[in-house]
Amino acid sequence: MFTRRFSRIAVMLSFVGVTTAALAQVPNLGKPIDPADIAAWDISILPDGTGLPPGSGTPAQGAPVYVQKCLMCHGVDGKGGPNNALVGNPPLTGGDRDPVKTIANYWPYATTIFDFIRRTMPWQQPRSLTNEEVYALTAYILSLNKLIGENDTMNAQTLPKVRMPNRDGFIVHYPDKI
Amino acid sequence: MKNRTKEQWKDVQVAAGNGLLDRRAFLRGGAAFAAAITGYSMAKSASAEPLGDDPWSKVPGAISPSYEKRSRYEEKLVRTLSNPNGEPRTQHARTPHHLLNGTFTPNGLHFTIIHGGTPDIDPDKHRLVIHGLVKQPLVFTLDTLARYPMVSRVTFVECGGNSAPFFSKEPIQASVQALHGLVSCAEWTGVRLSTLLEETGLDPKAKWFIAEGADAPALSRSVPVKKALDDAMIALYQNGERIMPGNGYPMRLLLPGYEGNMNIKFLRRIKLIDQPSMSYYETRNYTQLLPNGKSWQFNFLQEVKSFITHPSPGLGLKGPGLYEIAGIAYSGNGRISKVMVSADGGQSWAQAALQEPVLSKAFTRFRLPWKWNGGPAILQSRAWDESGDVQPTRAQIVAARGESKGVPPVTAFPGQHYNGITTWAVDAKGEVKHVYA
Repeated sequence: MFTRRFSRIAVMLSFVGVTTAALAQVPNLGKPIDPADIAAWDISILPDGTGLPPGSGTPAQGAPVYVQKCLMCHGVDGKGGPNNALVGNPPLTGGDRDPVKTIANYWPYATTIFDFIRRTMPWQQPRSLTNEEVYALTAYILSLNKLIGENDTMNAQTLPKVRMPNRDGFIVHYPDKI
Repeated sequence: MKNRTKEQWKDVQVAAGNGLLDRRAFLRGGAAFAAAITGYSMAKSASAEPLGDDPWSKVPGAISPSYEKRSRYEEKLVRTLSNPNGEPRTQHARTPHHLLNGTFTPNGLHFTIIHGGTPDIDPDKHRLVIHGLVKQPLVFTLDTLARYPMVSRVTFVECGGNSAPFFSKEPIQASVQALHGLVSCAEWTGVRLSTLLEETGLDPKAKWFIAEGADAPALSRSVPVKKALDDAMIALYQNGERIMPGNGYPMRLLLPGYEGNMNIKFLRRIKLIDQPSMSYYETRNYTQLLPNGKSWQFNFLQEVKSFITHPSPGLGLKGPGLYEIAGIAYSGNGRISKVMVSADGGQSWAQAALQEPVLSKAFTRFRLPWKWNGGPAILQSRAWDESGDVQPTRAQIVAARGESKGVPPVTAFPGQHYNGITTWAVDAKGEVKHVYA
């Protein structure tokens, strides 16, 4: 208990800059790094658009990239097979089987599409796409789902503004735990 | 010495209907009483054969290996794999709870879920960076972390989708491994995350942190800073040895009591942020759709739960007699305070013995002697934790959360965070089936 309480106090002290006493308790072996040198790993996109890189893409630019790099798992026009469909808007509830969560009927933020494609796809070569390709693929998928227009351009300004249909569909089970 | 006979279980106080005995009966009964227990897989025999040396007792044995391997007779004790050929999708490996006992899951049998294959990480080249809303971004290597004060903690890790088959409209006939195999328990040793945050300093605007792995999908989740300052750990050891590759070698985030997916394996980056990142796994995957169309998000806690492992489907009874009902209970809220067991489908309950030590957010083994009379029995367990939470019934969960409209495959995930009661039906042959009651 003592150590836990102490570490909380130490962290609180560091808020106001009284760090010397706290730092004396740990080995201080972490190596400082310049934020610029973290850039290659710093890939998370926040829902307000924080982290989105320069560049842009349109649905038309995304279509050939999709055919080349995505179609084999996600099917023609994103309709699915063998892996998840990227296009389609079935009802979340009311079907005769379990809910099928799709981008159009479920995902609350368009920024998540960019984030997930860039960090995880294509399956065999993650983080091999250029930012331009990721913007273009994001635009292509959003357009097939009719969430943006066929000629809309996705970039760091426009993508966070895309309003996803299920944006307000989430509630926190235990707010006091956060 | 008092000479107890095999029939003296009749003296033991009956604690609940259909043959449940007082939980202290085994302790009171002594050796002769214990000898009366019929093993689940052992046939009843009349008298023992004369004893003689077996061949292995008459020759010198094998050379000690540098890393011990289990007996060749135990090689069938394995995890079940959802994707044994490594097709481009998630892989699940489930723990065989019905073939284990105690509370620690052996490292080779700890469950794993890997979304993009297990990376082959060189520990000397692995780095952990902590950055974002901190005073000073810092990089740590495994060598440097070895110099930090460490803590050990026994805790379970459970997939948020464990026990998903219980959302099926009809009970799916499968082993406890298939139904509940995505939870395991180990002693984890490592450095508190709060210790490292003392060194980086923390900006008061930091409310969340992103944890991210060095695996191919760079799997990432957002975690409240509150958890970082509470009991989050950078775990380096699993049951005393370095973490297994499938569990995040060389380091993983350990968030005791929180859903497994957040315990990021192959941890390479922690970024302090002012809002959750709304990553794929915290928006699309680990959110639970409710009947009203809304979904629970940030539903981190693995709540109080128990299930009977002995007996269970595939681990039937061999003739009437005395058995030990045993199982596992755990809660992400803290310690287990009580486990009740029923043999008559919940009409009457007896309190089970809890194996010491009862640790917070860890497996607790419960046990109860049972005299099976050879007739039908409906076995259930129900756990309470120190926060006062009680394990719900399946009916309560279905009323609040809904159920699948059909019968999905046992490996499907029609729902998540099922912590309701499990029911086993024993028939007159001693076979055990999964039922809803």
